[in-house]
Amino acid sequence: MAMLDFSKNYFELFGLPVGFVVDMDAIAERYRELQRVVHPDRFANASDQEKRLSMQGATLVNEAYQTLRDPLKRAIYLLSLHGVDIDVEKETTHDTAFLMEQLALREELEQAVSAADPYAVVGELMDRIGLQIKSLLAQMAIHFESPTPENLDAARELVRKMQFLQKLYSEAEAAEARLDDAV
Amino acid sequence: MALLQISEPGQSAAPHQRKLAAGIDLGTTNSLVATVRSGKAETLPDEHGRHLLPSVVRYTPDGVIVGEAARSAAAEDPLNTIASAKRLLGRGVEDVKQLGGKLPYAFVTGDSSVPRIHTLAGDVTPVEVSAEILKVLAKRAEDSLGGELDGVVITVPAYFDDAQRQATKDAARLAGLNVFRLLNEPTAAAVAYGLDSGSEGVHAIYDLGGGTFDISILRLNKGVFEVMSTGGDSALGGDDFDRAIANWILEQAGLADADASHVILRRVMDAARAAKEALSDAASTSIEVELDGRHWSGTLDRGTFDALIDPLISKTLAACRRALRDAGVSSGEIEDVVMVGGSTRVPRVRQRVGEFFGATPLTSIDPDKVVAIGAAIQADILAGNKPDDEMLLLDVIPLSLGIETMGGLVEKIIPRNTTIPVARAQEFTTFKDGQTAMAIHVVQGERELVSDNRSLARFELRGIPPMVAGAARIRVTFAVDADGLLSVSAREETSGVSASIEVKPSYGLGDSEIEAMLRDSIEHAGDDMAARKLREIQVEADRVIEALNAALASDGDELLSAEERERIDTALQKLVEARDGDDAEAIESAIKSLEETCSFYVERRMNASVRSAMAGHSVDEFE
Repeated sequence: MAMLDFSKNYFELFGLPVGFVVDMDAIAERYRELQRVVHPDRFANASDQEKRLSMQGATLVNEAYQTLRDPLKRAIYLLSLHGVDIDVEKETTHDTAFLMEQLALREELEQAVSAADPYAVVGELMDRIGLQIKSLLAQMAIHFESPTPENLDAARELVRKMQFLQKLYSEAEAAEARLDDAV
Repeated sequence: MALLQISEPGQSAAPHQRKLAAGIDLGTTNSLVATVRSGKAETLPDEHGRHLLPSVVRYTPDGVIVGEAARSAAAEDPLNTIASAKRLLGRGVEDVKQLGGKLPYAFVTGDSSVPRIHTLAGDVTPVEVSAEILKVLAKRAEDSLGGELDGVVITVPAYFDDAQRQATKDAARLAGLNVFRLLNEPTAAAVAYGLDSGSEGVHAIYDLGGGTFDISILRLNKGVFEVMSTGGDSALGGDDFDRAIANWILEQAGLADADASHVILRRVMDAARAAKEALSDAASTSIEVELDGRHWSGTLDRGTFDALIDPLISKTLAACRRALRDAGVSSGEIEDVVMVGGSTRVPRVRQRVGEFFGATPLTSIDPDKVVAIGAAIQADILAGNKPDDEMLLLDVIPLSLGIETMGGLVEKIIPRNTTIPVARAQEFTTFKDGQTAMAIHVVQGERELVSDNRSLARFELRGIPPMVAGAARIRVTFAVDADGLLSVSAREETSGVSASIEVKPSYGLGDSEIEAMLRDSIEHAGDDMAARKLREIQVEADRVIEALNAALASDGDELLSAEERERIDTALQKLVEARDGDDAEAIESAIKSLEETCSFYVERRMNASVRSAMAGHSVDEFE
């Protein structure tokens, strides 16, 4: 249903230029300002209709915020704005060298938890994955700067790789959490 | 930076028409009510000057007794005196068996999934028991404010799941209260402190009450409280400290708890609580209990007590570690730790929490009252009494929501600590050729197996056109509102078959059960259902009329053409006329028709305020 200027994309809703590189502080600030206007707490005393509208508005603003501040979600969203729809469930990279490296990293993680100093080994592994993610993000920024079909294709491939790395990173986090809980 | 001027479309209360609002802390052990008067939030005492209302309800053939009088009768009349009903709210019969198994009540075994307790005044549910407590608190507020309450904010532990939240709202409905919002207890405590100190940065709220433990990590930035993560244990609290001491007493006295009667258990628990309270100041305390015809006495020192409760405190700190991790902050980034709940008076708790966060815990507001005070401040704002207030609370969902997939596994749809309100959709497909129905089982929790999580609801989507396996596309949408309450809808995309349900918690009361209870309570009150319904719809009509008039006065000329204005005025006039009649249905339909007429205007106003918020920005950027 149409409410707010919902025809606007998330960037426009937040009053920001459409692009991969974003100002995180500005996003957080606009987010708070938008919620001040649409949040259901501003309508606790209003008619049911306004309450509904406010809930939809606040839901949209939350969704936009989650999308804009997360690089992977932002990239997928940007691609969709450019007419490239990714099926995140089904697509995967076919870069064999990359896949081999992922396998190796995964094995390292499995063995890390039984190392003498598991925290250090898992931590070091997370640092390395973090660096790889950073490098992918830098490449992504370049591709989105001039969104030609070739560059968008390249960005799409980077998204597929990012998914691997982010999944691995959260598995490393989970492994660290299990170490914490075992203490 | 220039401050933004943002119009607030929701603020409809005209000046001098102050709304009566209260904040209620519905606690496991004690409950409180607070209101804002002359700009100051204060808890309200009873006629004896007592602020804490023990959350104890005694059922007698002559009526219901709530509070201190009920609590002092608990030892003689344990079966009819219900304490800690909050622990049972939103719980199923099976859960109750696991809750320590020591609740000294006569549970009725019946076909309902909701536990019922047999009392002299009939069988009661935890929702009804809680409603009795709410009624007493609401009356206290109304006597003090001199009028009927427009609405209340009721606090719940952040860790409460959907069924427990729903049960709390049901209790309020039974007590005849309009709930502005369910507010998480730690967030309420932060509000109580936040407005005093105005301190920006990341804060931890450690809330150890009688029966629940909550930890929240939140960021305060220019009046916006953003909850970053929350965690805890909805079945761990000071009562467990009492139980640890009670078990120690039984052990010292050489008595197996299975041998102890309800009356003895209650006496031992009372002695245990007294000992715990004494040890907040003293290094040791003597305990005397009358057991089965014999007298037992002993001494409990601080060191032994600390050793008894250390494992329980460690459990809370493990939850703190998880919450920090979820928030993505280290303990060093925490500016301060707000202590909430009577159990944070225990010196060992303060010591270990202080060590864990590397900060001296904040205790300047009475830990028993801080939640109610925060709730009152929020209630005052939600009522529209402070239209210029900048405060806003952005809370999160405490536990992940998901649905059951093949093999009893959970597919998470909304992860925990997602800011609410939120809506997420997920597509599923059929796994058999020609499958025409699909069962959807909604669960809440973090574990991978369905059986390890909390079952919230089950519903069926029927009428899916027969297709080959995997061809149907069923889109399930989860929406969680600002109270943290869930609704689920499902739709088959290729055919458009849809099923929308209000989530009926697996362990909750059905609508018909609530209706029946409402009827009962009204019959007892000698009231009349029809009169009550008319009164309710008139109040609603007044709210709609008042809100619309305020809106028209502020921007009607700007946003509406003469023709549009006339249409709205006509519909408004119809409602004003209907409202003064005594036909509830006519009023209801006039409200509906007015809302339909106004829908374009409401949207236009919302857009206008969003535009003005964003317009402020471009000005800033050029400055």
